[in-house]
Amino acid sequence: MKRVFPILAVLTLILLGYAFYEAMWVAPMERTMGDVQRIFYYHVPSAWTAFVLFFVNLVASVAYLVRKNPRADAVALVSAEVGVVFCTVVLVTGPIWARPVWGIWWTWDLRLTLTLVLWLIYVSYLVLRRFSDSTQTPKLAAVLAIFGALDVPLVYFSIWFFRTQHPQPVIGGGGSIDPRMMHVLLINWLAFSCFAFLICWARYGLEMFRREVDEAEALESLLEPAGRGAAGLKIPFDREPR
Amino acid sequence: MSSLSSVTLATLAKDIRLEWRSKDAINSMLFFSLLVVVIFSFSFDPTAEESREIAGGLIWVAFLFAAVVALNQTWARELRNQVLDAYRVSPAPATALFVAKALGNFFLVSVLEGLMAPLFAIFYNLRAVGPAWQLIPLAALGTWALVVNGTFFAAMSLRTRSREIMLPLLLFPISIPAVQSMVEATRLILSGDGSARFWIVLLLTYDVVFTTACLALFETVLQAE
Repeated sequence: MKRVFPILAVLTLILLGYAFYEAMWVAPMERTMGDVQRIFYYHVPSAWTAFVLFFVNLVASVAYLVRKNPRADAVALVSAEVGVVFCTVVLVTGPIWARPVWGIWWTWDLRLTLTLVLWLIYVSYLVLRRFSDSTQTPKLAAVLAIFGALDVPLVYFSIWFFRTQHPQPVIGGGGSIDPRMMHVLLINWLAFSCFAFLICWARYGLEMFRREVDEAEALESLLEPAGRGAAGLKIPFDREPR
Repeated sequence: MSSLSSVTLATLAKDIRLEWRSKDAINSMLFFSLLVVVIFSFSFDPTAEESREIAGGLIWVAFLFAAVVALNQTWARELRNQVLDAYRVSPAPATALFVAKALGNFFLVSVLEGLMAPLFAIFYNLRAVGPAWQLIPLAALGTWALVVNGTFFAAMSLRTRSREIMLPLLLFPISIPAVQSMVEATRLILSGDGSARFWIVLLLTYDVVFTTACLALFETVLQAE
């Protein structure tokens, strides 16, 4: 398995380079928006990748609650972390595109708001993981992930109704996408998915390693000679207690 | 079933009796939301027409913040003298404890709302143009939406460092659709711009979904060790 990782890393790098070339030079120029539209090849694949990762997080969380397998918990943690990173990319590239095209940085549109709320939920998930004691973290985090997933459809309906009640600048518009653009988009998505998978893999290895170290440390402190104080003060062993 | 209701009733009666004697939570909540009302009133200084539009937001934000005060101390009482540990080893069902705590918080926050709503109406010159009776089921559903998840997340944040700050961090993101429903429904009722039915149904759905989830998962959270 360890040999596969560098190979995959090189392949991903090549794929990312090719996707960049396709997005910047091969994809046709959009008629009304011009070059700024090319951010679409990063924005949309990041969004899809983030949503896939959040879904992986939900599946892993449920799996953890059912099976109590620490690997499932590590997968949940990793997918949430990388998902938040990709979701941040989406939330940053969106306004960069929106400013020249819509003339505004942000609007409380359905998709924008939903992405933002998802981001908020998963940041609170990571905060919980950070602040809880290590032995209870997996269970609590898994429970929170399920609550977050239950929340998503409700958020969707609330914003959907809110927006249909109050029309806002129309977004995107209908119409079909040029097949060459679709091709570039899919290549970018593939590259981004490989990239996300690669980071997740590396992070997963790191997390499992961290747990091993923690366990070893805990074990060591249990096996330590009784003479050592809790504060790490070393009491010479030859001196018998009087 | 009888053990479930008897445990629930006993815990609820105990909590209400304790609160009645100390009045800690209700007093701090009342004063807190009074401060919010006064500060909002200074900062916006709305006309009667404007206040109908924004009052829904102000009133629910004030109640949300005040509710956190009550929710935070829900379980703190049980940590002293290891009451929660004793509960954990006892054969009483975990859901009974949860229902009692949620009902206790619901009662507290409802009392707060009952006392604060007239004050809001006076400070902001509120008079509902739409059907005002709908505000009562709306308040009940909205309060339950806040306290059911709030009680649950308060139990979760017991196991974290700096638990007082953890509760809003967990509760607010999940509560976004509920808060939006309450605010929009209140706005529609006060201004008479349209029917609030969609929002009340959405709030009801939220309540049903999360009450079920809380009851199903509370055992896991209580036993998390």
